Amino acid sequence: MANLVRQLGQRSLNIVIEAGAMIIFLLEGLGLALVPPFRPRRLLQEIYQIGVKSTLIVMLTGAFTGMVMALQGYYTLKQYGSEGALGSAVALSLIREMGPVLTGIMVSARAGSAVTAEIGIMRITEQLDALDTMAVNPIQYVVMPKLLAGVIAVPLLTAIFDVVGILGGYLVGVILLGVSSGSYFSGMVRSVVPLDVYGGIVKSLVFGLTIILVACYKGYNTQHGAAGVSKATNQTVVLSAVLILVWDYVLTSFFM
Amino acid sequence: MIKIVNLTKSFGGHKVLDGINLTMPTGQITVVIGKSGVGKSVLLKHIIGLLKPDSGQIIIDGQDMSLLKGRQLREFKRRFGVLFQGGALFDSLNVFENIAFPLREKTRLTETEIAKRVRERLVQMSLSSEVETKFPDELSGGMKKRVALARAMIQEPEIMFYDEPVTGLDPPMTNTVFHLITKTHQESGYTALMVSHDLPEVFSVAHHVAMLHKGRIIAAGTPEEIQNHPDPMVQGFIRGEVDFLEG
Repeated sequence: MANLVRQLGQRSLNIVIEAGAMIIFLLEGLGLALVPPFRPRRLLQEIYQIGVKSTLIVMLTGAFTGMVMALQGYYTLKQYGSEGALGSAVALSLIREMGPVLTGIMVSARAGSAVTAEIGIMRITEQLDALDTMAVNPIQYVVMPKLLAGVIAVPLLTAIFDVVGILGGYLVGVILLGVSSGSYFSGMVRSVVPLDVYGGIVKSLVFGLTIILVACYKGYNTQHGAAGVSKATNQTVVLSAVLILVWDYVLTSFFM
Repeated sequence: MIKIVNLTKSFGGHKVLDGINLTMPTGQITVVIGKSGVGKSVLLKHIIGLLKPDSGQIIIDGQDMSLLKGRQLREFKRRFGVLFQGGALFDSLNVFENIAFPLREKTRLTETEIAKRVRERLVQMSLSSEVETKFPDELSGGMKKRVALARAMIQEPEIMFYDEPVTGLDPPMTNTVFHLITKTHQESGYTALMVSHDLPEVFSVAHHVAMLHKGRIIAAGTPEEIQNHPDPMVQGFIRGEVDFLEG
């Protein structure tokens, strides 16, 4: 029993230590954004890698999410004779919850894992050490542009997800199931208030920063060769997804 | 001059460096030899500032490295050139960009001047201009080492560090890399520290040799002095005797 408590205590302590190390890593990374040299080209490269390359998968996910929500929503609302509220149901769900959360999870799976693998390989092949010995700060050169790119790209991807999701819902609700186009969009305009949009933006900013922070931190601290890279990549995807859901609850309760 | 005084380092309770004392004279090549896993690379990583010692000092031209931190330490490293064991070339950059990287990051040279310097280094390393656009994963082991050496040399460093520069290379390429190290040293006159277990080839490039064993320097001197050293451990290592390796 004492052993179990000791193990539990040690694990809790390790989590707190790692969380502290991650926060210091984040502050160092963001702080270096204010220190020259500035490398705008590196930032653009990372926005391309993290953002542009995730666009297709985010659009695909957004389209099918909107379509399935319209399908489910239509038959539920029809029981109460409220099919006209389909547009607002789809839009509110997407903008408040599904858009930021699913975009975050897709970016984590596609770009977060790639970021960890890239930095992890740089660690085990001494490329990060090489930067350091050339008097180039590896956190400033490698990590900082990725953090900024995450903060910039994920809200934009979320907006794309929302728009494509709404169009997906339109395709199923209006074109396939016969809901009136006017009521689909007018319901949306009436029910979505600016706070819903701000909430979605804040969530996507936080999720973007969280995903890329976890990805960079895990990659930067990779050890033990190829197996270490594989482990770090796996941890990135799992931890990012869990943190997205935890943050989602915290932020939703804040905005409600 | 690089002077190491009473350097100690432990990992997880295991003492890897146990009071290292070593002096590397200016303008000469010092080679630290010793069997694999004895702590040679750990020693080198301390000197280039990638690891912090538990105790002891590393003094380079009168400056104690352990007193330097952050940006100050990084700027001090501008005097260094490092050839890593695996080359440590950046995967995302081609050969030209890899060699040009330190110049683009740390100087205000024009692209024309950078291109001129990169091509001079390629010629010095006997690399054709066709490799300029190749990426590291398209190069052979020997080519990677030569590109990495060109990158390490591009800023004409005062101090060069070589971490196992010929590990994994075939004998002709081993000779080529040692020849290039000797040639660049003759041309530039830098101070160098090399860690290696490639005997007897290292004796041809070294001015001084020190042997690391169980965390301590057990012998130091000229290549001739080391080759004739009375310590049986030194002789055992030079001859590759099994008893010594197991001990």
